[in-house]
Amino acid sequence: MGAFAEVEGVLDHFEDKALIPIAERVFEGRSLSFEDGLILYRSRDLFALGSMADILSRMINGPYAYFVVNRHINPTNLCVNQCRFCAFCRRRGDEDAYELSIEEILQKAQEAAALGVREFHIVGGLHPEWPFEYYIEILRELKKAHPRVHIKAYTAVEVEHMARISGLSIEEVLIQLREAGLDSMPGGGAEVFSQRIRDALCPKKTSSQDWLNIHMVAHRLGIKTNCTLLYGHIETIEERLRHLILLREAQEEAPGFLAFIPLAFHPENTPIPARGTSGIDDLKTVAVSRLMLHNIPHIKAYWVMLGEKTAQVALTFGADDLEGTVVEEKITHMAGALSPQALPKRRLVHLIRRAGKIPVERDALYNCLRVYH
Amino acid sequence: MERIGEEEALALFDEDLLSLGRRAYEARRVLHPDNLVTFCVDRNINYTNICISRCCFCAFWRDKGDSEAFLLPKVEIFKKIEETINLGGTSILIQGGLHPDLEIGYFEDLFSSIKSRYPIHIHGLSPPEIWHIARKSGLTLEDTIRRLKAAGLDSIPGGGAEILSPRVRQRLSPNKVSVEGWLEVMETAHRLGLKSTATMMFGHIEGPGDIIEHLDRIRSLQDRTGGFTAFIPWTFQPLHTGLAHIEKATAVDYLRVLAISRIYLDNVPNVQASWVTQGAKIAQLALYFGANDFGSTMIEENVVAAAGATFRMSRDEIIRCIKDAGFTPAQRDTLYRVIRTF
Repeated sequence: MGAFAEVEGVLDHFEDKALIPIAERVFEGRSLSFEDGLILYRSRDLFALGSMADILSRMINGPYAYFVVNRHINPTNLCVNQCRFCAFCRRRGDEDAYELSIEEILQKAQEAAALGVREFHIVGGLHPEWPFEYYIEILRELKKAHPRVHIKAYTAVEVEHMARISGLSIEEVLIQLREAGLDSMPGGGAEVFSQRIRDALCPKKTSSQDWLNIHMVAHRLGIKTNCTLLYGHIETIEERLRHLILLREAQEEAPGFLAFIPLAFHPENTPIPARGTSGIDDLKTVAVSRLMLHNIPHIKAYWVMLGEKTAQVALTFGADDLEGTVVEEKITHMAGALSPQALPKRRLVHLIRRAGKIPVERDALYNCLRVYH
Repeated sequence: MERIGEEEALALFDEDLLSLGRRAYEARRVLHPDNLVTFCVDRNINYTNICISRCCFCAFWRDKGDSEAFLLPKVEIFKKIEETINLGGTSILIQGGLHPDLEIGYFEDLFSSIKSRYPIHIHGLSPPEIWHIARKSGLTLEDTIRRLKAAGLDSIPGGGAEILSPRVRQRLSPNKVSVEGWLEVMETAHRLGLKSTATMMFGHIEGPGDIIEHLDRIRSLQDRTGGFTAFIPWTFQPLHTGLAHIEKATAVDYLRVLAISRIYLDNVPNVQASWVTQGAKIAQLALYFGANDFGSTMIEENVVAAAGATFRMSRDEIIRCIKDAGFTPAQRDTLYRVIRTF
């Protein structure tokens, strides 16, 4: 670990000396405790926090930061769950409810493929009537039309819904999805692993244990997945940390998480009386996530959620991925995100370079497609 | 802390962002050990967008005959001032284009009629405007500033500096007051007892050397006069300008230049975060990268808004943002005297 030589010098500059023993544990590759996490979150030494996370990020991923060119397809906004924090879901009869036909999905995919998209990111509501076969058909038709484009589809929440409506086991659902063309799974629907919060915000949604279990089943089947945390609403710092530790333990037990994505909550157009996260909270959360989740390879600063500016700065606070030139994102934008719908590749490369890292265009599994030296 | 030279400052452009931030944070703490972050409640009043300067980086100016050209009538300016006072404002920032017809009489009348009606601080007329007014009126700079001050001008905003490097200025704003002219206006004003701010607009065609040249000119003048209250760096907003093709400066670039400014300008007491160009999140972070002031609530802002900056913050949001960062928010007046803390 070449980073070690510089570590000594870095520790000398820590103003918050309580962080030094934690940093030493991090650089020895050991897990941090819940209490360590609290000390990290409560520290005002933003620079120490950032450099610890940055050093760990470089130990894991070298000087690289990634992006991907992908197309989000949200097949429907009809959803039986009606989570309180969601500004995307609609009920049958709502004027702006929509459901895409297979043809419409294929048309969006076709346009995106022509732009060189490497990945379809497919996430939607829990449709009240669509049968399991419809979800299968979406995958099958997409794969048939675009065999070389990676399909990252369906959160654990959708998978659980499919198991319920089909009467199949989680494992059987995942096997069938994979056979139809699913290559990996996104990390949404995790929210916060806390019964208190789920009762208050999303009582109908997949439980914490079921969410983790679905991902572990996927991992055991060889399906890579991502994981997330929705923060900045009614949760406490302690609940965030317990969430991170549960993810770390799941990864320990059945490895397969590729990336962790901290999702900053956008309160606009939702009934939750939160005010949106601050820049410092965003960066601390990125840094603490990197430090707590030493066994998950990538930390994503999702620019759609954070905004281009904070996402870029996050690359110096332990993040190593900006996600991508997302074509048409609806879920966060319905909740008031001000970020544009897409960032050109040129801009992503520039942002990464100016943050002092080497841009790498990746595929969905973090294979390098091109290094921008 | 020892003053750094130009060479050393140039090397900071390659330094790790967080180490640089820590240095700037230290420099700021030496000057402001009290943990306060100040802000001002005021309003930008742009009395005209008619401008003969036609700078290629600006999306605000119009020609005199243009359908969107305006010169605000006095009653409208008064109305804006009344709204400002009702919102707890202590100051107005009066700035506008270089109008082809307005001479000193217009401004003397405007300022004295404001002062006779309202107890408000007039922060007005950037150096290019003062230079232009002097020339239009056939007056020396000294007489111009003396008369404006007598009519009610209280302090001068540091706009129109862009980058104080002749090379850059020649390309960006050839019709605008020169580097020496800008500095001469400020030096004269300071000598006549008017405080001012200084700004820097970067992220266009300048290089690191030009930025350091700018900082050095400000620092040298400040050594002589002590008249600058604050330094305000902000990033060029390319939309709708003649330089729309330029890659917009990133947040990391902004934080870097902000930190370098704080470190280099050891004699300028305050450094402002620019939430107008950076948004609340990066402006909050800027408090760790050298800034100790959150600028103004800007009840109204038109110039960078014309170039695509869409950020908006209310007074309460500013207070919250400062508190969340671990500092004590304080409302100040235009001369950086604290009025109340929150």
